[in-house]
Amino acid sequence: MTTEPIIQMKNIEKHFGSVIALAGVSLDVIPGECHCLLGDNGAGKSTFIKTMSGVHQPTKGEIFFEGKPMHFDDPRDAIAAGIATVHQHLAMIPLMSVSRNFFMGNEPIKKRFGVPFFDHELADRVTMDAMREMGINLRGPDQAVGTLSGGERQTVAISRAVHFGAKVLILDEPTSALGVRQTSNVLATVDKVRKQGIAVVLITHNVRHALAVGDRFTVLNRGQTLGTAKRGEISPDELQDMMAGGQELAELEGSLGGTV
Amino acid sequence: MSESTQATPAKDERVKEISGFRQALIRPELGGIVGAVAVFVFFLLFAFDSGMFNAQGVMNWSVVSAQFMIIAVGACLLMIAGEFDLSVGSMIGFTGMMIAIFSVTLGWPVWMAIIVTFAIALAIGALNGFIVIRTGLPSFIVTLAFLFILRGFTIYLPQTLERKTIIGGVKDVAEGDWLAAIFGGKILGGLFQWLGDAGIIGVFERGTRAGEPVVDGIPMLIVWAIILVIVGHIILTKTRFGNWIYAAGGDAEAARNSGVPVSRVKIMMFMFTAFCATVFATCQVMEFGSAGADRGLLKEFEAIIAVVIGGALLTGGYGSVIGAALGALIFGVVQQGLFFAGVESSLFRVFLGIILLGAVILNTYIRRMITGER
Repeated sequence: MTTEPIIQMKNIEKHFGSVIALAGVSLDVIPGECHCLLGDNGAGKSTFIKTMSGVHQPTKGEIFFEGKPMHFDDPRDAIAAGIATVHQHLAMIPLMSVSRNFFMGNEPIKKRFGVPFFDHELADRVTMDAMREMGINLRGPDQAVGTLSGGERQTVAISRAVHFGAKVLILDEPTSALGVRQTSNVLATVDKVRKQGIAVVLITHNVRHALAVGDRFTVLNRGQTLGTAKRGEISPDELQDMMAGGQELAELEGSLGGTV
Repeated sequence: MSESTQATPAKDERVKEISGFRQALIRPELGGIVGAVAVFVFFLLFAFDSGMFNAQGVMNWSVVSAQFMIIAVGACLLMIAGEFDLSVGSMIGFTGMMIAIFSVTLGWPVWMAIIVTFAIALAIGALNGFIVIRTGLPSFIVTLAFLFILRGFTIYLPQTLERKTIIGGVKDVAEGDWLAAIFGGKILGGLFQWLGDAGIIGVFERGTRAGEPVVDGIPMLIVWAIILVIVGHIILTKTRFGNWIYAAGGDAEAARNSGVPVSRVKIMMFMFTAFCATVFATCQVMEFGSAGADRGLLKEFEAIIAVVIGGALLTGGYGSVIGAALGALIFGVVQQGLFFAGVESSLFRVFLGIILLGAVILNTYIRRMITGER
């Protein structure tokens, strides 16, 4: 799929005082593709996506959104433009029902005698449909989010973002705290979202997760990008080495007798 | 992956079917319902002959319960929004005193005194909320400060102006005032007269009121309580704003990320709590015809206890207005019932402590069932 990139980040630099967190990172995000952003802890992944989602303003560099130069003052601007971020700490409230969570901040309204009421019927129906589409079987729309597993909560958060018109979905380490089965569920969700023509930016430090769904891979190391590779152009070992920033890992691997 | 999107996924074999009975148990009102039934059964068995369940007796505990309900509704919504207000009792004393000072000492028309007092109370509620939001301090501490500030003024102002701590004579100045009647009047007088004439309820046998029914109408206090409970329940469960109240108390940060105006919601709930306290105070001043500097003492805790018995979590994000109303009913019935049953009234406090503890333990258990925590 070769479409125009929806977001282009060009030579983004971000300095925090005397610390250079990002030293000229470039990246294109294309609709219908999953762009994996890899890097070890401290590589600048989080700073980079926060720049993309309007939390930080770049010190230098340009951001183009749908071909036009864009400046986000705060995350609300980015959300309004269609850039949704699903954080590690989810925007989900465990004590509230799935349907109340799904529509939190975007409650559907039904007028009765001129008084605006929360349209629970519509909310419940839409929630059940959206969850079924993502392969989650709810006991009912009034089931509390607290009863869902970590993977299911990620999926609720993702399908919520999609339902409310996200064009770009940024997932910050969605699989870092999940088990094998849940991870594959979340990655399957990412696949479904991508097929709907939404651009996905997936942050991870797990090469295997990235290779499972990624179309493009960008590796960050110490605030710099080590290039973007397309699917099929790069092997898992190469990616792993790039993330570690050298050969030590390969040697370590030998002594451990397996992949990390 | 494609077939799993098409076919409805099979039931998860690890999710146990929850029986309808158990599901019915997982609701905030459970403690309130069980408690209310238990309390009524108890007093029907042990105090039936005491006059607790004739017209006068019913009116007696209904009025006390309605008082608790009015402040419990405010405290309930505020607690679900994740905050406390310890200044409710002082607010009752303060606003009652303001009405008396404006109308009696300053000679304003009573309707104006009431409206200005409501405006002051709402402003203080907003200030409480604003300080909590701005400083990020626990509302516990901020409103504790207002507990003392307001109580201090409630004692200082009448002493300075009138050299006494009780200002009376409100009844005389409120005579015929349209707004005072909304707080101090009674409705359905005709119905009760008819009930008395028909012999369904008792009538006075002798004295100046001979022939009049022993209960001559429903006090506006009870009407206010019912209206506040219904409106509070509808706002909480059936509106967008209600969803925001739950969200603000459940996890303020997550709610903000989703676009919920958390600060506005919390400040409005502080104002609503102040509003409820002022309704209570106005009804009380109109009924007694006076305002005293010691009115409303400990009411903040009684409101919080009623709310907790009603199933709300102290940590916010979960609760029910109906539950809080039932908590208030339990409160009123027991307080008056012990009197009817001839039990030493100090034991009421023992009872209170025990049901509070029981309610909190039950709530924690219900929360675990909902969230699946262990």
